[in-house]
Amino acid sequence: MTFLGKDHLLGMAEASREEIEIILRTAESLKEISSRDIKKVPTLRGKTVIHFFCEPSTRTRMSFEIAAKRLSADTINLSASTSSLTKGETLIDTVRNLQAMNPDVLVLRHPMSGAPHFVARNVQASVVNAGDGRHEHPTQALLDMMTVSEKKGRLDGLKISIVGDIANSRVARSNILGFTAMGSQVTLAGPPTMMPIYAERLGAKVTHDLDEAVEDADVIMVLRIQLERQAESLFPSTREYARHFGLNTKRLKKAKKDVIIMHPGPINRGVEIAPEVADGPYSVILDQVTNGVAVRMAVLYLLLGGKEA
Amino acid sequence: MKWVLKGGTLVHPESQRMERADLLISDGQVEAFLSLEESTTIEREGLLRVVSAENRIVTPGLVDMHVHLREPGEEYKETIFSGTKAAAAGGFTAVACMPNTLPVNDTRSVSEFILKQAKAAGFARVYPVASISKGSLGEELAEFGELAESGAAAFSDDGKPVCNALLMRRALEYSRTFGKPIISHPEELQISRGGCMHEGEVSTRLGLKGIPSEAEEIMVHRDIALARLTEGRLHLAHVSTAGSVELIRRAKEEGIQVTAETAPHYFSLTHEAVEGYDTRAKMNPPLRTARDVQAVRDGLREGVLDAVASDHAPHSSLEKDVEFERAANGIIGLETALGLTLSLVDQGVLTLFQAIRSLSTNPARILGIQQGEIRPGCKADLTIIDPDVTYVVDSSSFYSLSRNTPFDGMRLKGRAVMTVLDGVPVDLSRESADF
Repeated sequence: MTFLGKDHLLGMAEASREEIEIILRTAESLKEISSRDIKKVPTLRGKTVIHFFCEPSTRTRMSFEIAAKRLSADTINLSASTSSLTKGETLIDTVRNLQAMNPDVLVLRHPMSGAPHFVARNVQASVVNAGDGRHEHPTQALLDMMTVSEKKGRLDGLKISIVGDIANSRVARSNILGFTAMGSQVTLAGPPTMMPIYAERLGAKVTHDLDEAVEDADVIMVLRIQLERQAESLFPSTREYARHFGLNTKRLKKAKKDVIIMHPGPINRGVEIAPEVADGPYSVILDQVTNGVAVRMAVLYLLLGGKEA
Repeated sequence: MKWVLKGGTLVHPESQRMERADLLISDGQVEAFLSLEESTTIEREGLLRVVSAENRIVTPGLVDMHVHLREPGEEYKETIFSGTKAAAAGGFTAVACMPNTLPVNDTRSVSEFILKQAKAAGFARVYPVASISKGSLGEELAEFGELAESGAAAFSDDGKPVCNALLMRRALEYSRTFGKPIISHPEELQISRGGCMHEGEVSTRLGLKGIPSEAEEIMVHRDIALARLTEGRLHLAHVSTAGSVELIRRAKEEGIQVTAETAPHYFSLTHEAVEGYDTRAKMNPPLRTARDVQAVRDGLREGVLDAVASDHAPHSSLEKDVEFERAANGIIGLETALGLTLSLVDQGVLTLFQAIRSLSTNPARILGIQQGEIRPGCKADLTIIDPDVTYVVDSSSFYSLSRNTPFDGMRLKGRAVMTVLDGVPVDLSRESADF
């Protein structure tokens, strides 16, 4: 990011604790804009942000767009399904053409890991990774850290349990890296079919027993189970998954009294999380969404040369 | 053409000797070893052309038993002309080309076309490897008899492993009639499906789906079992894992007819080379761990792995300048294989004799090519190497049409300065084939 000599936000793997702290502090101060009557400041007037989404998205896409608009940037949206990618144009040709229109930021969501890194090598615009394959989703990790930090007042020393399909989750990877950088202790829980090899070398503890992950956690982050993974034999049925790895009220009784429950969305109610838990008092799922806008405002602002607010 | 190659040091890889000798070369053969007086007289009186090989080593012509020349079908990546020119530049006098062309080399007409193009190019001998199954579809055997008659040196479905164990059994049995090896690309496709690099710490970090070592080892195990059953001749391509090396070691101890090759990248690079989603480090099998690299080096030193083959796999920017998961597998290797293998000599991993054996006499024996050590009366296919020159790999100077190599910028020691094919120094300045 330019404020620390970087041009892109590709992943939490490249982010230092200091950088994360700057983004979170900036997000805290920009959050207030969204609660104003006139939800707009002129900070990024004259800047162009392209949102290029090669995968379906509701939250991330809307959140980025609202963030850019509240800072007065001009935003353009391009979806893979309506782009010339459907005519066989390659990604590199597509982004070179976008670059020729001189945008300031290219926000990219792509189904393949590493696509934003590849794009970043081929454009001058700042690239923000809005989720790449099974790799990273850095702004999700930032909004999760912001939410935990708001609720708990700190990140250092907290116990964060991430439950579900870790192997296929970009949210998990970014959160492991982000929370660990901030001094939290991360535990991963899920069936062995959903655990990547050497997961512990990412800096987390690994368990296959959900109760163990629930018991002394300060934060339980539940991941979405992609139902099509059943065809790959990662789990036998949603019924069985819910029984052994779903977060329900009975399991939650074993948790700390002040535990908070998070989910990056979209939710499969009744599979990885029971409806009563998703809508219950411990849930901060909608706070996550609110903070997503603030975090993305901070990222755009800082990448485009803004000083810590 | 009658001429003298003067002052070179001959390397005899089998008898593990070196000797300084002047060679009288005539009619495609090494006619005689000349005494110093004889060659000096010839040079002084201008009787014959004399080519100096002072401070050079002279080896039996190198053989790369696993290359992809892409012709017919994908001439924008490589042609038989450009590929064999790259081979000659890299020190090879013979290559065996895999059948995954368009169309697949499963018939006489394709084999004959390849041989015709190779002859017209004239840079190196080409031994077509024909497919095991018709269309490499893994369903029915190709016509081994006719293919062998039209020049096939071996059979392989290369990148498409024969999944059907019965078909593989039949291939190993039936090929015995013709004395040709079956080359296996050992990969269990269900386990490797969707994978694009080695399954390990790096794949976990990069969020890329991995191919475990076991995908290779399961198939190595199956094919060794089938070789035991059939007494067929099995050759295992591009061995990349410690477990495979161990399985082959045991099979050889048991007396099963199995040979194996590895490629320079499997003893030079680890999966760390994929960091940054570098598609130049994407190939199948994938780059493995440091432990596997060590096992492959040990396997070469101990003779468990017989040959070094480049698995030269040219691709253009169309296949490589894309998202990592979408990128084609494979790297070019003809112009770096010798230098990388000689670096193992420099590092004390292999003796020079072992290195030259794995690049020349061993692959020749596996393919049934008439080629042994240099002696009077032998075929004059020779490679002349400067063992001391150090240089930085620069793919922009390659003769190959493609540039997909992870070795750009690497410092190597030792390179070929000339090859002699059928008694004639190969001229790399020729820009088109002699038809």
